[in-house]
Amino acid sequence: MIVAEKKPIEEIIDYVKDFQKLLIAGCNECVTVCEAGGKKEVGILASALRMYFMNEGKKVEIDEVTLERQCDHEYLEEIRDRIDQYDAVLSLACGVGVQFMAEKYFSTPVFPGVNTCFMGAAEERGVWSERCQGCGQCILGKTAGICPISRCAKRLLNGPCGGSTKGKCEINKDLDCAWQLIIDRLKELDRFDEYEQIMPIKDWSTERAGGPRKVVREDVRL
Amino acid sequence: MRINYPGTIRIVRLPCTGKVDIIHILRAFEKGADGVYVVGCLEGECRFENGNLQARKRVDQAKKILDTIGIGGERVWMYNLSSSDGPRFAEYAVEMTEKIKELGPNPLKKAKEKMAA
Ligand code: SF4
Ligand code: SF4
Repeated sequence: MIVAEKKPIEEIIDYVKDFQKLLIAGCNECVTVCEAGGKKEVGILASALRMYFMNEGKKVEIDEVTLERQCDHEYLEEIRDRIDQYDAVLSLACGVGVQFMAEKYFSTPVFPGVNTCFMGAAEERGVWSERCQGCGQCILGKTAGICPISRCAKRLLNGPCGGSTKGKCEINKDLDCAWQLIIDRLKELDRFDEYEQIMPIKDWSTERAGGPRKVVREDVRL
Repeated sequence: MRINYPGTIRIVRLPCTGKVDIIHILRAFEKGADGVYVVGCLEGECRFENGNLQARKRVDQAKKILDTIGIGGERVWMYNLSSSDGPRFAEYAVEMTEKIKELGPNPLKKAKEKMAA
């Protein structure tokens, strides 16, 4: 999932303090699961902002909505008939949702309510960690299902580096060395001989370094 | 056992304090409560293992939010007691009432009056 964190309320207040009618829009997908921008968080933020403005003697109307997704036209369209009532939208979706909202409702200011962090997994309740950087050329098939692009600090394709110590990465002793994990799992899978094969230089043009990316699928286009 | 506690307190019963969410605490203030306190079982004695510990975390988060928005985090507290300890329940009620009396009414009440005027 896309993992996000709630922005501090102070920062949000600063964005929206000059508006009279606000819509706080949550998203039912990733940000709900990582407890940053779902219906619950929308409710808490709306209540906090209402009280803040009232205490400041400002009359600000705040409505709440949580869309199924904010990265798809069909769900964003659900608020088209009322978007003009609002001076601004505070979107608790990931950065994708915030931008799609801003593109669709061009004349309505849209602000982000979360910091979008990474694509990751829920290790346990309240702990998420990065697993993929969307490099566009997945090499997990060669690395025992462990991604060195997102999990090795140096993104090494032929690791580990000399800093790998007792299974931990040199940048942080609480961080597993991705290459140690790869080696351990290759051994477990009885495929350690693959480790000896030098991985060729990766084509980074499919990664973000190649500029903004796009997937066009003629087979599914209408 | 008949024990008196301040009549200004409104009790909301829950099956476990683990059910308490931040939004419940915030809504109480939005509706004009001067203070909110959560009374859970003793730590380590939750029937559902960590309900009261979760409640404490939520109380702490609500405190932070209330501080940020100028209502005052010291209006929310978490108390723990053994479920059969009636006298302690009354003691906490008195203590909480004293705390809130000292802090005065929910600032939103004044703000609302001002806005209406
Ligand atoms: S190799 Fe690329 S696509 Fe595969 S998990 Fe890693 S970053 Fe993601
Ligand atoms: S210690 Fe391991 S994870 Fe860290 S930079 Fe070196 S190879 Fe990558």
